[in-house]
Amino acid sequence: MSDVLLSIENLHVTYRTDEALVYAVNGVNLNIMRGETLGLVGETGAGKTTTALSVMRLLPDKIGKIEQGKIYLDGLDITAATEADMRAIRGNIVSMIFQDPMSSLNPVLRVGEQIAEVLRIHNDKLSKSEVDRRVDELMEMVGLPKERKVEYPHQFSGGMKQRVVIAIALACEPKLLLADEPTTALDVTIQAQVLAIIRELKEMLNTSMLLITHDLGIVAENCDRVAVMYAGEIVEMGTVEDIFEEKDHHPYTVGLFGSIPDLDKNIDRLTPIEGMMPDPTVLQAGCPFYDRCPQRMDICNTEKPAEVMKGTHMIKCHLFSNVEKAANVEKVGEV
Amino acid sequence: MTTKNVDKTGVGKPDSRDYTKKRSQLKLIMYRFSKNRLAVLGLCILCVLALCAIFADVIADYQTMAIKQNIMNKLQPPSAEHWLGTDQYGRDIFARIIHGARISLTMGIGTVLTSLTIGSIFGALAGYYGGKVDNIIMRIMDVFLAIPNMLMAVTIVGALGGGLVNLLIAMSISSIPRFSRVIRSSILSVRDMDYIEAARACGTKDSRIIYKHVLPNAIGPIIVNATLSLANTILSISGMSFIGLGIEKPMPEWGSMLSEGRAQMRYHPNLVIFPGIAIALAVLGLNLVGDGLRDALDPKLKN
Amino acid sequence: MARYVFKRILMMIPVLLGISFIIFAILSFSPGDPVMMMLGDNPDPQAYAELTRELGLDKPFFVQYFNYIASALKGNFGKSWITKIPVFDEILARFPTTFYITVGAICLKVLIGVPIGVISAVKQYSIVDNVGMVLTLIFASMPTFWLGLILILVFSLYLGVLPAVGAESWQNFVLPCVTLAIGSAATLVRMTRSTMLEVIRQDYIRTARAKGASERVVIYKHALRNALLPVITIVGLNFGVMLGGTMVIESLFAMPGLGTNTITAIRMKDRPMVMASVLYVAFLAGVINLLVDLAYAYVDPRVKAQYLRK
Repeated sequence: MSDVLLSIENLHVTYRTDEALVYAVNGVNLNIMRGETLGLVGETGAGKTTTALSVMRLLPDKIGKIEQGKIYLDGLDITAATEADMRAIRGNIVSMIFQDPMSSLNPVLRVGEQIAEVLRIHNDKLSKSEVDRRVDELMEMVGLPKERKVEYPHQFSGGMKQRVVIAIALACEPKLLLADEPTTALDVTIQAQVLAIIRELKEMLNTSMLLITHDLGIVAENCDRVAVMYAGEIVEMGTVEDIFEEKDHHPYTVGLFGSIPDLDKNIDRLTPIEGMMPDPTVLQAGCPFYDRCPQRMDICNTEKPAEVMKGTHMIKCHLFSNVEKAANVEKVGEV
Repeated sequence: MTTKNVDKTGVGKPDSRDYTKKRSQLKLIMYRFSKNRLAVLGLCILCVLALCAIFADVIADYQTMAIKQNIMNKLQPPSAEHWLGTDQYGRDIFARIIHGARISLTMGIGTVLTSLTIGSIFGALAGYYGGKVDNIIMRIMDVFLAIPNMLMAVTIVGALGGGLVNLLIAMSISSIPRFSRVIRSSILSVRDMDYIEAARACGTKDSRIIYKHVLPNAIGPIIVNATLSLANTILSISGMSFIGLGIEKPMPEWGSMLSEGRAQMRYHPNLVIFPGIAIALAVLGLNLVGDGLRDALDPKLKN
Repeated sequence: MARYVFKRILMMIPVLLGISFIIFAILSFSPGDPVMMMLGDNPDPQAYAELTRELGLDKPFFVQYFNYIASALKGNFGKSWITKIPVFDEILARFPTTFYITVGAICLKVLIGVPIGVISAVKQYSIVDNVGMVLTLIFASMPTFWLGLILILVFSLYLGVLPAVGAESWQNFVLPCVTLAIGSAATLVRMTRSTMLEVIRQDYIRTARAKGASERVVIYKHALRNALLPVITIVGLNFGVMLGGTMVIESLFAMPGLGTNTITAIRMKDRPMVMASVLYVAFLAGVINLLVDLAYAYVDPRVKAQYLRK
């Protein structure tokens, strides 16, 4: 059995709306090993959620489409699977937790029933008492009193609702958990609690996780490897040490880290990254970061950079491509 | 193989989606409306109707064709001379329908304007002053709302007698609560906003606040409600005329044409089919326009 | 919960009083002399005076109103000025017809409207949806009595399969119920469709799909349960409106229900009959509204929580 649980190869995803065709994901390659946590970092609109939804094949019907590429989950070809196959895997082999716990639960069904539902879908042989027992177990695992399983979502706070969502996601002990900004909508103190629960359970069940976030602090604490995403492409990927400690980085990553206030430094202003993400309705021929890159070169506008590997560290930038380094004498527009 | 939208001269150029260009609100609404094919269809229907109403006398002379009885000609099927045939008194059906348009539209618009005006006054008082005034007015409106529309209208007309004015009063009363609600909620939604407090703090007069802030907010829902109310009124008037409590004979109101034609309908269905189509078209046009306006004013509500 | 119900019933009282006052005033101040209506054009002056006194019409308006309310509270709504029968007997005798028409129409309307609305929403933009939307627009714009006439034309006069007038057997009720149901179903379809569309976009539907639930479970167990909540309210409210608005339909199909009774009473200036009819319908509508609210609370746990706190 290979160590690679999830493999995404050259994924291209588009959204078709009345007004335009949006290129959300443009050639993403990434792997997740068994038991590891990959952090997926990037600004809003980078394509992180789209990537996760593609793994679950939950893109909005008729609007979202996987144009190209392959996704393999534990040997199964997700991109070619039938809807029936997918239903068997969702909630079972791969689960997803979404960003906003306030609206993720059905308001008219009891919380225990919503947890039981996922158990019954994938284990129809279980008796009622077995399901009940398992629901109780799960409630306790996420730190909720099992007596509250008869209550409705509106009777729980945001953090508690998110715990219910986690319980539902992990009920069938999936091999992969996709967590889309699971704590962004919560208070900072609750954030820490929820992340701790996720970490704990992940250890216990040896689940792999794709943790989507825009918070580098969360990445540092919870992830084994990190992928940085920009405008639908992965521009840098590596272990947590590679990303946080190595000196070579994609200019975008530099910008991301530069935007965080540093406790050790005494500065007057934060350094944001100038400009905005490119128009997603236009397919970029060159590097998507061209407009905002302080180190851009002519070639960056016309040719997509290759993925340059240095051990476990991948950077997709012309600056690090050997060919380009040799031939490049002048740099234009350094800011 | 360069990409578009890329400017080589500077960092941070705004992309082609120029958010700073401001189209006038009205133009934007009109643009959205015009893209909605059904709404435009509705508007066309209404225009035809309005033209019929305005030029009714030109199209078909009132006295000779719509009113004067001509027993010799009775119950003719559609022909070149009488496009939709004649009724049991020999009157041209097409002419009667055209004039009926005038009656329905006039009565309908009159009713809506009346209830709009009165309803707005009440709604404005309730919304602006709030508290006890609001409570009392809304309670009274609730009482009127609790009486089913038709019942109220029938009672008033039945009690006061027929005739256009009484009918107008009866129909208006049913619509007043709806408009007062619309105005009241527009006012309420704006009244407590911070910028209103700021305006008051600068010494702006109440009337100016109403004019500049409340009214623009309210106009949209008012127009939508007015259109739909007009549709309902036309339906109600024809219903009332049908049971004999509405417009008096021999005026060619569509509803009374239906009740008169009923006896003949087996062998001369044209007496009953065409007036009904006229009513349905008028109401359809108004509904389409009302829906279109609602979507144009707030596309987020559209699905 | 019981306290809430009691409060609601109490709140109905001022509304009913308000209605009674308004209607009483309209009828009392309207032109036309009911006594003349009853006695004919040239009444004997003594008979006129006697009848006037008997009906209490010689007293000032407020006294008349007060007397009316006083006896109404004791359960006595008076006798019809025309038939001399206690009004309540007449109303109760005629109520079943109106009731059957209304209930039949509501059942039909829900049976037709909700499924079509749901299918339209689930298969948005499909043929079913587009055709459905066009048809609902057309049917919603048609005057009900015209639809009734056409149905009579086709099914009674041409095909001869259903009767057009009277209320003897169940067949008499088919056309009236269908007529009322179709126009109302059109609006219901649109309403159901739009709430379903809104619900389907909610996050918890995505959660249900992420669990691997089949589409049927997602639609029926998750989406429909939520979408039906506002639909229940609308249908319930509509019931009250329908009860009061059957006049035109009853007139068209010549059915001896409350509607036709009220029209006649108004024409004949039979004040006690009109008062009782209106109050009865308003009362029923109020009770139905209350039942609808309770049903809603029963089905939606968030609302139930609010009521229990009261």
